[in-house]
Amino acid sequence: MIEIGLFFVFLACGFIFGQLAEKRHFKRIIEREKTANQLPAVASKYPPETGCYQQQLVAGNVVVASDYFKSFTAGLISIFGGKVTPFESLLDRGRREAILRMKDQAMAMEAELVFNVKLETTRIATGRVGAIEVLAYGTALIPGSKLDNRQDAHAV
Amino acid sequence: MIVSNLEILPNVRILRHIGLVQGSSVRSKHVGRDIMAGVKNIFGGELEGYTELLQESREEATERMILQANQIGANAVLNVRYSTSSIAAGAAEIFVYGTAVEIENSKEDSSSTPGGALPA
Repeated sequence: MIEIGLFFVFLACGFIFGQLAEKRHFKRIIEREKTANQLPAVASKYPPETGCYQQQLVAGNVVVASDYFKSFTAGLISIFGGKVTPFESLLDRGRREAILRMKDQAMAMEAELVFNVKLETTRIATGRVGAIEVLAYGTALIPGSKLDNRQDAHAV
Repeated sequence: MIVSNLEILPNVRILRHIGLVQGSSVRSKHVGRDIMAGVKNIFGGELEGYTELLQESREEATERMILQANQIGANAVLNVRYSTSSIAAGAAEIFVYGTAVEIENSKEDSSSTPGGALPA
């Protein structure tokens, strides 16, 4: 009896707080993307031929957890099959957050472009914990004129 | 030491290709963190403890890779890739690998921190 009660309490907690956290996270991501969009991040392998640039590896990572409600609904969906939307939004959040963190780092170095961006997703499992880690990394190009005041970036 | 995930460096000649270098690190957090993560798993949200943990181990893996590159006389590591796998409950392995090369003398100084490539 207690177990059933606990289950519903967890489910309600997951639904209320999980949805709230997700909504807030998306709002924050969209807000930050407005400024971050000034810095393009591309998957192209080859840097521009012209111009004097300095380069630096930049990375951003995040671990986002699923909530009880998400896990439960995902379980239900997988009985019938189909789109597992609760996890789609979780992964989307993780990826966008990781890219934003990578861009934050690049912007702090006054980079103009991040290229050769790679994204990596891993499931982090600790007993009952369902969480994913997303890592975004790429090469930031810093214009040569800013070379002198940047000590920590490597010269090319 | 230049660490880059590019295959080539613009305007820099690669003098010698040395070989593959790698670094790995397996880490876990103490039980308290795991319990907190379990609680957080009901509510959802970011697990800051784990974000931090993985970042630290990535830095360490990179340092190990750079150490290896230094030992074989390389001055740059190119085409760096990261990979992560959760090997057991509460532990994750971070693996980083790249190609060690010797490049033409550049303006970089060897005093730059090995883990500098990753967020502090």
